[in-house]
Amino acid sequence: MQRVFCAVVTTVVPEAAQLDAAGWTDLERIVERALADRPTSLRRGLKLFLRLIDWIAVARYARRFSALDAARRARLLAYIERAPLLLMRRGLWGLRTLAFMGYYGRPAAAREIGYRADPRGWDVRR
Amino acid sequence: MSETTERRYDVVIIGSGAGGGTVAQELAALVRDGRRVVVLEKGPRLGDHEFTGQELEMAAALYADAGGFLTADGTMTLAFASAYGGSTVVYTGTSLTAPERVIRRWSVPGLDHADIVTRSEKFAAQNGVHLLEDSLINDNNRLFVEGGRKAGLRVEQFPVNVRGCRGSSLCNLGCPNQAKQGTNRVQLPRAEREGVEVVTRAEVVRIGVDRSLLVRVAGRPPGAKGGPAEWPPGEYRVRARIVVCAAGAIGTPALLLRSALPARLPRLGQAFTCHPALILVGEHARDITNDVGHPKSYFVDRAAEDGFVLETCMYFPFVTAKSLTGFGASHSATMRAFPRLQMILLLACDRAVPGNRVAVDRAGRPVVYYRFTPETLEALARGTRAAARICFAAGARRVHVPADPPLIEAGEADRLDARVAARHFLPGRVSISAAHLMGGCGMGGSAADSVTDAWGRVHGLPWLRVADASLFPDALEINPYLTIMALADRVAEGIRAEVREPVNA
Ligand SMILES: Cc1cc2nc3c(=O)[nH]c(=O)nc-3n(C[C@H](O)[C@H](O)[C@H](O)COP(=O)(O)OP(=O)(O)OC[C@H]3O[C@@H](n4cnc5c(N)ncnc54)[C@H](O)[C@@H]3O)c2cc1C
Ligand code: SF4
Repeated sequence: MQRVFCAVVTTVVPEAAQLDAAGWTDLERIVERALADRPTSLRRGLKLFLRLIDWIAVARYARRFSALDAARRARLLAYIERAPLLLMRRGLWGLRTLAFMGYYGRPAAAREIGYRADPRGWDVRR
Repeated sequence: MSETTERRYDVVIIGSGAGGGTVAQELAALVRDGRRVVVLEKGPRLGDHEFTGQELEMAAALYADAGGFLTADGTMTLAFASAYGGSTVVYTGTSLTAPERVIRRWSVPGLDHADIVTRSEKFAAQNGVHLLEDSLINDNNRLFVEGGRKAGLRVEQFPVNVRGCRGSSLCNLGCPNQAKQGTNRVQLPRAEREGVEVVTRAEVVRIGVDRSLLVRVAGRPPGAKGGPAEWPPGEYRVRARIVVCAAGAIGTPALLLRSALPARLPRLGQAFTCHPALILVGEHARDITNDVGHPKSYFVDRAAEDGFVLETCMYFPFVTAKSLTGFGASHSATMRAFPRLQMILLLACDRAVPGNRVAVDRAGRPVVYYRFTPETLEALARGTRAAARICFAAGARRVHVPADPPLIEAGEADRLDARVAARHFLPGRVSISAAHLMGGCGMGGSAADSVTDAWGRVHGLPWLRVADASLFPDALEINPYLTIMALADRVAEGIRAEVREPVNA
């Protein structure tokens, strides 16, 4: 499942593909910590959903999700994002939320995008 | 076997947010007269130095489910805090008074607008509510004013309740400068100075028919923020003459639903509303000041005409990323433009409808059922178009909104009606969140149409009061905290008149 999850993360946030090992460790730690506090049913649901993504990839393109090129991965996730079934849209929403949390929850990512909020406010910006 | 400790009070207040903090302060006079008043608060009491402004760290410390509490079908995130001061610790502190037309529409017998205005004014003065001086207004807010006026909208300045604001823009992660005047800074400390007890990490599990509360006091988890509980960890049975529920619009209905109350309350948990909200961004050609300065200084109120309100806002990297529609390259490009982003919060004025309600699961945990009505989705689409117009009128090159595709270039500004429609607001695809949680124990005339009367007395149980946002019979259509305080003030007044004899400790 780890491989599908990483492939989803790099599709949702393409820059994640450039992360070094330490960056990935930070990202995974954030996601693990967030999931640790949530009900087991939610974690189980996410695992099942990752399996479903892989299954759809095989059904559509005869390849595992992680073996698809970036454009096909993005198309497949976009299809799920607009699926008529709420369960599918919701599953993807949950996964993308985790991906964003793992990536943008790192102070390094905040710096990279130019986010500079500081408790000292105007004093450090004027 | 663990022992249950017994305690006795004249009044027990459950929850310490906008409602509970107000009741605590207003009942302090009873303590001077020898009565015993206690506030039981589930969340921790954080020290001033613990407000770091770090996004994930503060969200985990202050918000229910770290800010990720979802409605039952997973299509909306509900933001509410659990701490000494409740959600006032994380609110932005915009301070508006209830509109007369809304209070008239509520038509609660015995509740009149003038009374709410008088009481709101009292708390506005207490909390130092004022208009921020011009030198503290950042570009994000200025662009909203400029764009809004050019777009032909009436832009108003928010009165805010800050003292010594340094403009860190971190209000929703708890103010690191203790500038925001929530109940954690004003009403609760005042109540404590006067002898009201406040016990944190104390969760009321159930209210018994004999007016006794089952309370669990938790220990401080290793490494967690906040001080230890004021009572030793363990189980308590707390008896009271009067019980005031101020656990919030989710906490109070849930608590009453899992308690064995000897009254028929068919409306309990019903009529939940929450002003479903969206974060919309416009990208400018140059850097602007957005993540410095008070985040929310202006608004456009189209509630009466179009069912939405627009407010300035500024969020943190993860919340922003999560709130933008879509993913991939165009999403990343918008995130990388962070220093150039203008941000607007759109709130839809939803209505109490059958089915939107608070319930509890088998373990007694709250579950919120919420469906977006076609009217709410239309209001979101109208509001999105108005927000996009403001951004373009202010000079934005493009906006990122729930459209297909989400990026709309300035050249398409005249096609907004076609580009943004209700069908784009597909629940489960678009990130909708809400922070104005209301209803569940609505006020009214009788148990057939409500849970309490206009003074927060639960129908059929005069010893049980409600004093929080759950009292709203329908959406308020503006930011609610001052109105919650005004209603809580009425509840406290009713109690003061009744509690005369001290109870034996
Ligand atoms: C991010 C954010 C920004 C906001 N900005 C604004 C704004 O600018 N202006 C405005 O007017 N409003 C704003 N609001 C809304 C406002 O903060 C809330 O409407 C208000 O605080 C609700 O008051 P309350 O007393 O109903 O509940 P809360 O303030 O939420 O307090 C409820 C308390 O009860 C406690 N509790 C729950 N269950 C139990 C239990 N069983 N036992 C013991 N304790 C319990 C909780 O831990 C919590 O501390 C904002 C809200 C949020 C989340
Ligand atoms: S902007 Fe002002 S009120 Fe808000 S967190 Fe910063 S200092 Fe506090």
